[in-house]
Amino acid sequence: MIFEDEPVPGYPLPIRPGHTSPGRFERVLRAGHFAVTTELDPPDSADPEDVFRRARVFDGYVDAINATDGSGANCHMSSMAVCALLTRVGYAPVMQISCRDKNRIAIQGDILGAAAMGVCNVLCLTGDGVQAGDHPQALPVFDLDCMSLLETARTLRDEHHFLSGRKITYAPRILLGAAENPFAQPTKWRAERLAKKVAAGAQFIQTQWCYDVPMLRAFMQQVEELGLLDKVFILVGVGPLRSAKAAEWIRTHVPGVHIPDAVIKRLVGAADPAAEGRQLCIDIIQEVRSIKGVHGVHVMAYRQEHTVAEIIERSGVLNGRKPWYPGRDPQANTNRMAS
Amino acid sequence: MYALRQWSVRHAGGMNAFYRGFEAALVALHPLWRLIGYERLERPVAAIERGVKGLLFDCRMCGQCILSSTGMSCPMNCPKNLRNGPCGGVRANGHCEVRPEMRCVWVQAVAGAARIPDGAQALQSVQVAVDRRLQGKSSWLRVVRQRVGETR
Repeated sequence: MIFEDEPVPGYPLPIRPGHTSPGRFERVLRAGHFAVTTELDPPDSADPEDVFRRARVFDGYVDAINATDGSGANCHMSSMAVCALLTRVGYAPVMQISCRDKNRIAIQGDILGAAAMGVCNVLCLTGDGVQAGDHPQALPVFDLDCMSLLETARTLRDEHHFLSGRKITYAPRILLGAAENPFAQPTKWRAERLAKKVAAGAQFIQTQWCYDVPMLRAFMQQVEELGLLDKVFILVGVGPLRSAKAAEWIRTHVPGVHIPDAVIKRLVGAADPAAEGRQLCIDIIQEVRSIKGVHGVHVMAYRQEHTVAEIIERSGVLNGRKPWYPGRDPQANTNRMAS
Repeated sequence: MYALRQWSVRHAGGMNAFYRGFEAALVALHPLWRLIGYERLERPVAAIERGVKGLLFDCRMCGQCILSSTGMSCPMNCPKNLRNGPCGGVRANGHCEVRPEMRCVWVQAVAGAARIPDGAQALQSVQVAVDRRLQGKSSWLRVVRQRVGETR
């Protein structure tokens, strides 16, 4: 899809009234399309081609690509650098910021820098504890938490000053996101926590992996009762499970992931568990798309990124829409190179 | 102490009521504190505060106490220092992701808040980033000075 006021595809768009970023992702959400985002597994390398190759597998199927920030407290190429590379060629990245590794001075500088490089979406996270990753001996920073991080980013954008009060001459034009886990304790308070995030500045939400649709429905019901449905775009986290064994491992070892027994049973009984896992993912996407207030899906297919295109294609959620990617329109791309 | 901390949350209603009375008494004594001098009081009061709140809440002396907004469960005991709600990693049994032997301080906070009048509403206020310069300072004296308008 090309927006009518898109001068050169892949370049920042004019900011429409009521929008806070020049990004395509915000346009897609506000136009009421069912949005698709995914996650790029950042390389353990300094080769930019490793990033481009990992982004290309999503071409034509996603509206934005999340660049993770040391997810699981494991060390990889930084989200800032992945975003810088992605924006160079026109992709729409979502820069994840975790509070684990950086204090408020570093984080505010990163937000300005990212926006300067064309990053239009920032996802504010608390981050996993260092004990979860490959450097458990590291100092956990947690100077801010996800909520004060959201507030900080919003202050930079809307009030044009740092937390110190010092003025910013050109504010970052960004869309602010946050995560939510409707499946973790205390489940009764999760919708209220979402309300708090919206109050702190969250405009879109990407949830933890959803394998329990009735639980998500109950959560969305609460979100509606709190009057949040027209205040925030909710993208439900989904992903294919490779096998029953993998699912069992994830639910016992990855904190905050809830996989019901019925899901494990379905995988155990399957002739081809990986195919069944993809089918399950498609089934969940089709179920959640009809829930009121769900504006899209966030596909987290860790180490199975090549399956995202097939899953989205077969789910039919794009409705024939083809999200832009570098090289989709050869003519326009030539213009881009010339301009 | 962990067991006492759990007890304090179970009795969050009474704790909160006592705390309010205690705070009013401290504020009423402001003329006395001013006579002695707040700077001179800082160290001894902080030491007492550390002892009492350390025992009852496992207080970490962040110097900007928000116990009555968090169901009398001290959020600084969260390994991620979360002052605005639980992270997404809370275990199915309500225990902490980082320290599995400990109940999540926010699962406790939500339970404690239900025992305090307007506690649930207080949980909803967004807490701004911690001022790390106040670490180790007395929160009691700071609150008194805020109440009487000596500082912001």
